[in-house]
Amino acid sequence: MRYLPLTPDDRAVMLMRIGARNIDALFADVPADRLLDAPPDLPRRKSEIEVERALSRMAAKNVAAGSVPFFVGAGAYKHHIPSTVDHLIQRSEFLTSYTPYQPEISQGTLQMLFEFQTQVAALTAMDVANASMYDGSTGCAEAVLMAHRVTRRKKTVLSGGLHPHYGEVVRTISAMAADDVTTLPPDIGAGEDILAKIDDSVSCVVVQSPDVFGNLRDLRPIAETCHVHGALLIAVFNEVVSLGLVEAPGAMGADIVVGEGQSIGNGLNFGGPYVGLFATRQKYIRQMPGRLAGETLDAEGRRGFVLTLSTREQHIRREKATSNICTNSGLCALAFSIHMTMLGEKGLRQLARVNHANAVKLADLLERTPNVEVLNESFFNEFTIRVKGDAADVIERMAAQGVLGGVPVSRLLPHAGLDDLIIVASSEVNTDDDRAALAAALQGVL
Amino acid sequence: MLNMQGRPTHVGEVATGERQTFTRNRALQMEEPLIFETGRFDVTGVDIDEPEKFTPRLGAHARKSGIGLPGLTEPETMRHYVRLSQKNYAIDAGLYPLGSCTMKHNPRLNEKMARLPGLGDIHPLQPQSTVQGALELIETMAHWLMVLTGMPAIAMSPKAGAHGEACGMMAIKAAIAARGEGATRNVVLVPDSAHGTNPATAALIGYHVRAIPAREDGTVSAEAVRDALGPDVAAIMLTNPNTCGLFEKEIVEIARAVHEAGGYFYCDGANFNAIVGKVRPGDLGIDAMHINLHKTFSTPHGGGGPGAGPVVLSQALAPFAPVPFVRRDGEKLAFVEHAEGTQSFGRMTAFHGQMGMFVRALTYAMSHGSDGLRQASEDAVLNANYIRACLADVMSQPFGDRPCMHEALFDDRWLKDSGITTLDFAKAMIDEGYHPMTMYFPLVVHGAMLIEPTESESKASLDLFIMTLRDLAMSVRDGDVARFSGAPYFAPRRRLDETRAARQPVLKWVKPVTVAEAAE
Amino acid sequence: MSTLYSKDHEYIRVDGDIGTVGISDFAQQQLGDIVFVELPGVGKALKRGEQAAVVESVKAASEVYAPVGGEVIEVNGELEGAPATVNEDPAGRGWFVKIRIADKSELAGLMDEAAYADFLKSQA
Repeated sequence: MRYLPLTPDDRAVMLMRIGARNIDALFADVPADRLLDAPPDLPRRKSEIEVERALSRMAAKNVAAGSVPFFVGAGAYKHHIPSTVDHLIQRSEFLTSYTPYQPEISQGTLQMLFEFQTQVAALTAMDVANASMYDGSTGCAEAVLMAHRVTRRKKTVLSGGLHPHYGEVVRTISAMAADDVTTLPPDIGAGEDILAKIDDSVSCVVVQSPDVFGNLRDLRPIAETCHVHGALLIAVFNEVVSLGLVEAPGAMGADIVVGEGQSIGNGLNFGGPYVGLFATRQKYIRQMPGRLAGETLDAEGRRGFVLTLSTREQHIRREKATSNICTNSGLCALAFSIHMTMLGEKGLRQLARVNHANAVKLADLLERTPNVEVLNESFFNEFTIRVKGDAADVIERMAAQGVLGGVPVSRLLPHAGLDDLIIVASSEVNTDDDRAALAAALQGVL
Repeated sequence: MLNMQGRPTHVGEVATGERQTFTRNRALQMEEPLIFETGRFDVTGVDIDEPEKFTPRLGAHARKSGIGLPGLTEPETMRHYVRLSQKNYAIDAGLYPLGSCTMKHNPRLNEKMARLPGLGDIHPLQPQSTVQGALELIETMAHWLMVLTGMPAIAMSPKAGAHGEACGMMAIKAAIAARGEGATRNVVLVPDSAHGTNPATAALIGYHVRAIPAREDGTVSAEAVRDALGPDVAAIMLTNPNTCGLFEKEIVEIARAVHEAGGYFYCDGANFNAIVGKVRPGDLGIDAMHINLHKTFSTPHGGGGPGAGPVVLSQALAPFAPVPFVRRDGEKLAFVEHAEGTQSFGRMTAFHGQMGMFVRALTYAMSHGSDGLRQASEDAVLNANYIRACLADVMSQPFGDRPCMHEALFDDRWLKDSGITTLDFAKAMIDEGYHPMTMYFPLVVHGAMLIEPTESESKASLDLFIMTLRDLAMSVRDGDVARFSGAPYFAPRRRLDETRAARQPVLKWVKPVTVAEAAE
Repeated sequence: MSTLYSKDHEYIRVDGDIGTVGISDFAQQQLGDIVFVELPGVGKALKRGEQAAVVESVKAASEVYAPVGGEVIEVNGELEGAPATVNEDPAGRGWFVKIRIADKSELAGLMDEAAYADFLKSQA
């Protein structure tokens, strides 16, 4: 087997040195009647060629985003990633190292995380950010738990513009601790009166902008009302590129900001691995979940970085930890950080403008398409359309014609009576031809 | 003609002693500033054309606050990150014996497969008709994991080991609630030797933790479990092989006792890599177990993630598994994405889990085959025992001279009165070119050193490692304290001041205030 | 005024109804460099044995329990910015909270200086 360096002779010599008569002598603590005498019933070893063939066969049954006019978003986005990013994250020293527990020989990862934290804090206009979460949705649930620790309250209010998956994740974890969650109805037009739900019993309010339907929301009045009542505002985003053009949640009074960072540096990967971004105010740092890299000095007085404030974490606090998280999303954070470093503020703003411009062009086109109505007053690179017909069916029929036209709202909210809505996303990868193909396909199936 | 030019070819006189360079670089080892110190705020390394003139539709929501992100051009970016990478230890560079972390070789075929456009460039919300191959891959991976563990059901979506723990424990909580015992069963038994995530997970989902003491021999006795059981116990969380690197030999009896008392058995599968193809956890009586694909199935650790933590489930827990899951309908595969109308406890994450890790793990599993996976486990156990046997006379084992599974555990009794701690010893290993083992874990063993070589090491590599540790051990006996107390001497950094970092946390770069600004 | 100790290494310096609570010199040595102290709110009513504060070093986090019950009347705000004070002067400037003792009979369960010194010896 090409990955196993020991030879049969090595094994014999080593067993002798150990003083074991055979390998099963080392498994003596396993109840004898449970020890398998042969490998389980699964295929035998395969060469590289055979494995490639098997995996490629599965891959060929899928339609890759880059191969068709592509407008699917709603929480994950198709963007162009510079070649440099993928090359660098595959460097052995990044790819095959562990969590930086030995800082003297992990300064590469630690400095990168420190830079990542600084980038995320800048993007969100918050004081501090952690070294990443699994993804935006789990980060959102962690933010809710953190708010409960800060406020010592247990009640959460979820906006109807929050990505339904995020809401489900929050409700799942809250149900386990019997914490109260109020979910507002789906809010297509960003018109909900969330302020009415905020009182002195509320721990946190979770609001997304751009919301799942693409609307942009002003968080300021919500933040003000939260703060009057001693509650925290958790601001969520799915599309981090929006921060290049849309007001930062930190500038609007958010107390915790969480979002999905996949758009920068990370591919679609059918839903994961992604990278959750998590930022908050300085005064809450000891209630933050996840890993943190911090600056310090070494014994010769040189600057270096370490994981810090680890007493919050499970390996020390055990059942009193702020979170049970052990790994973060290190390599995805690295991909994010490299891509963001290449963009810089200048590139990010340009990228955001192109995304917005393409979405505006698409909206203009679809508004002229019969039986299609664009619902958003404001949006960044994603908006919702109403079609004359069943949206899921429309999407399937367009897919059969080789156009992936968006996400039917019914896929996320099956029983909400929103069966004629499609969430359409557009990024820098879309061309005029793609847009024309979508408009034509819609016209064809409606 | 004699060529009198050219470079001298002999070494000549060599000056000895410490030297300082002007740059503070040390040849290949470069000092590298932060991007915030070298990048400029008007530079970008990505060429993007400005869009044609258009009317924005941002409403009143345009960003007015500054951002403050520096940019680097492509060559500068390349150099920055290559230099950073050179400050990291890596499996690809050397033996990385972190106990319980399983730093095995990461095959590059895995990476290549994960980058096939048909697997890497697909969206989680594409029409299911356009991702049938992805669903097939998840189904295939699930099949492998269920067969290897001997378990009838699986939840694929958990994002990492700790997330998998939460998944298994939530399924248990849902099953108990369905029995109408949700109010009375609120205690989870966790051995002292457990990884910190176990008690943290139990607490996260609202359980009280009751600790079970470990026995003299490092394992948990069925008797201690029986003593702790009662009508208030929802589950036990037990790691097997355990954190001391030992197989829990009374596990079948423990499982039976827990079930008889009406509880469930959560097995922490962090160390599953020791027993793949040798014994199936399902045959031991467990109800749930997460599998760290980044440990057992070689997906890269990436400097701390991403991981993946699918959870196999018993028949009793299967109905409560989270959404989404794959359902086969003849030739067609479909995702069940909503919990309505099922007993599922709900959703744990957006979308479907760590698909990118499934691709890598399946590539690894298929490459090995069931025979190769079994051989890998045997080799991992053999390598650990070889190290244990070859160091037994110079280091001390907490539970006597007996076989271990995939990792060898030593304590610090052999360092007593030497003035050298486990930490010092670990740092001296760095100078010798090795990543240290896991230290001070498990907590039940004083000054623990947990060595997991994995199956990826050749005998020659093990022999060199053993020789190095023996040399260091001799050095301890010789009283060469400075070799340890000042170590590492040769790493990119000397020991770092963690107290300073924690007392005045500096968690991001802040623009230094200039004298002129300060004067204002 | 007398100083009494608990088996969890908290001390309480009693002055009339008021007790000043901190951790012993032995405890601060065991914890090592203290990096953070989490204090309760003024006005909080503590029962005997209830968590009064959390003290964190780089490698450990420990609960500080109330040696006797009572209401928190003052906390040592200085520790927030200078946690090292606990290492430097645990019995003096490194105190944690002052409480109004609810039931002075609870003091009977604690050790005096000499008994605590013996207790430490027995633990060694």
